[in-house]
Amino acid sequence: MSKDIFVFAEQRDGELQKVGIELIGEAAKLAAALDQKVAAVLLGYNITDKAQELITRGADYVIVVDDAMLDDYVTEPYAKAMTAIIKEKDPEIVLYGASSIGRDLAPRVSARVHTGLTADCTALAIDEETKLLMMTRPAFGGNIMATIVCENHRPQMATVRPGVMKALDADSARTGDIEPFTVTFSDADMNVKVLETVKTDHKTVDITEAKILVSGGRGVGSADNFQLLKELAATLGGEVSASRACVDSGWISSDRQVGQTGKTVRPDLYLACGISGAIQHAAGMENSDYIIAINKDEGAPIFGIADLGIVGDLNKILPKLNTAIKNLI
Amino acid sequence: MRIVVCAKQVPDTTEVKLDPKTNTLIRDGVPSIINPDDKAGIEAALQLKEQCPGSTVTVVSMGPPQADVALREALAMGCDDAILISDRAFGGADTWATSSTIAAALKKLPYDVIITGRQAIDGDTAQVGPQIAEHLGIPQVSYVEKLDVRSEDTLIVHRQFEDRHQVLEVKTPCLLTALSELANPRYMTVHGVMDAYRAKELKIWGLEDIKDTVDTANIGLKGSPTRVKKSFTKQAKGAGTLVKDLSEDEAVAFIIEKLQEEHII
Repeated sequence: MSKDIFVFAEQRDGELQKVGIELIGEAAKLAAALDQKVAAVLLGYNITDKAQELITRGADYVIVVDDAMLDDYVTEPYAKAMTAIIKEKDPEIVLYGASSIGRDLAPRVSARVHTGLTADCTALAIDEETKLLMMTRPAFGGNIMATIVCENHRPQMATVRPGVMKALDADSARTGDIEPFTVTFSDADMNVKVLETVKTDHKTVDITEAKILVSGGRGVGSADNFQLLKELAATLGGEVSASRACVDSGWISSDRQVGQTGKTVRPDLYLACGISGAIQHAAGMENSDYIIAINKDEGAPIFGIADLGIVGDLNKILPKLNTAIKNLI
Repeated sequence: MRIVVCAKQVPDTTEVKLDPKTNTLIRDGVPSIINPDDKAGIEAALQLKEQCPGSTVTVVSMGPPQADVALREALAMGCDDAILISDRAFGGADTWATSSTIAAALKKLPYDVIITGRQAIDGDTAQVGPQIAEHLGIPQVSYVEKLDVRSEDTLIVHRQFEDRHQVLEVKTPCLLTALSELANPRYMTVHGVMDAYRAKELKIWGLEDIKDTVDTANIGLKGSPTRVKKSFTKQAKGAGTLVKDLSEDEAVAFIIEKLQEEHII
């Protein structure tokens, strides 16, 4: 019988990716509801030493394929390894981050093992009666949500949006088996050759890591006015982010975009300045711990999800707020 | 080079609005368009054809009969012929059954390169392209942003991940999924539109036409491993405190009070 929840613990250049750690945290919750275990699946080359970290983050055991064929991510060798593990171990559920790698790999595996796959989920739960995995995802550009089930095929598989699930804190007292797994590759598996990899400039910030985001929308008015947001973010030790309108207007770079087509964030404080709060934007920030919205338009939908809403002119309020906070800290 | 492009007709989701009273989708009057990533794929295919004289571009779509409008548009852009995969038996398919149906049709066509869009704006799954590649047993490269021909059977493909760009070499036959950055779609010409309706062929293939390349257990609603259990519009998180008519100084004082209450500062 199928059992246990497997998480694809994505790594790039030997660095474990945050989304995999988040999924292990979520899998631990689901596993408790099923009375099953969480296994991390770690694929790569010279990466076995990373397995222990996955245990400290909530995995009960780790299955490792450490092979030179898995050095760079190439679809076929990764799909072959994942399929071999699924066939041998028969997991109940397999979760992947909805990163570009996860979304390249998971559909290939689903077609090969003949099971369903639900894309880009933002919520997972175990149904109390059927014990099925309830996979909830946005569709129609975030306008509706759908809950998907996979009744008759195993494993139940989903890709899960980065930044939505909560990672567990590392617990160095945790122990678990680290199980090497061998896959026999042939040269024919390497059907795509990586000629060159260029990493994107690392000056790009990761707004999903920020505890405080000062975020601007169309109401900011200009690229120059973003300076006010940057100053306040610097005072608070946070970062600046933005809605799609600002990115489309060229006021700010796209790596800072929050929302359905940007990033999902959940900072301690999300200060929404001049953001109307369309559903596509809300999809990316509504799980923030505390939301303050400043907007001139009393009818802006952002006020429907803000913990504190201020009807007013951000260009007048922000400089004063910045000075006042500077005086306090 | 024999190029096949897969394109989907989708509702323009940027035009979809919620009825504020009933909290349901307003679909009336929402225009149907060729999915943007797929349209970039069509353009990339046409450019590839221009680079390699003697090439052909066939556009394939799965959908209801009215999806022929999208295919006529692709023909008017310059595709040579079009196939609409359409049958009630294909209805209600999830990505697994959709990809197995499209792959069954593609098995009946000669191809060197298959181009699909990365994802469709109505479902946003990005799954059908890679699943087709698996059903056909050919390599895939997803998130393609640039494409060059190295030799008769080798492509140089640039692809984009969140934190990096890769340059890959891949042999044909292969499947590529196109980002909208891959190519800027051309407009239809008057001549092209006339050709699309008069000179070019649009075939419609139903289950009868592909039944020797697909197991009927793998199509439509019954062939779909996943099922939509329920769908709903998002509930807004409850609104908090809304204040208005404060002076700027009062507003600042109020924000600071709240930030301190929440232990943020």
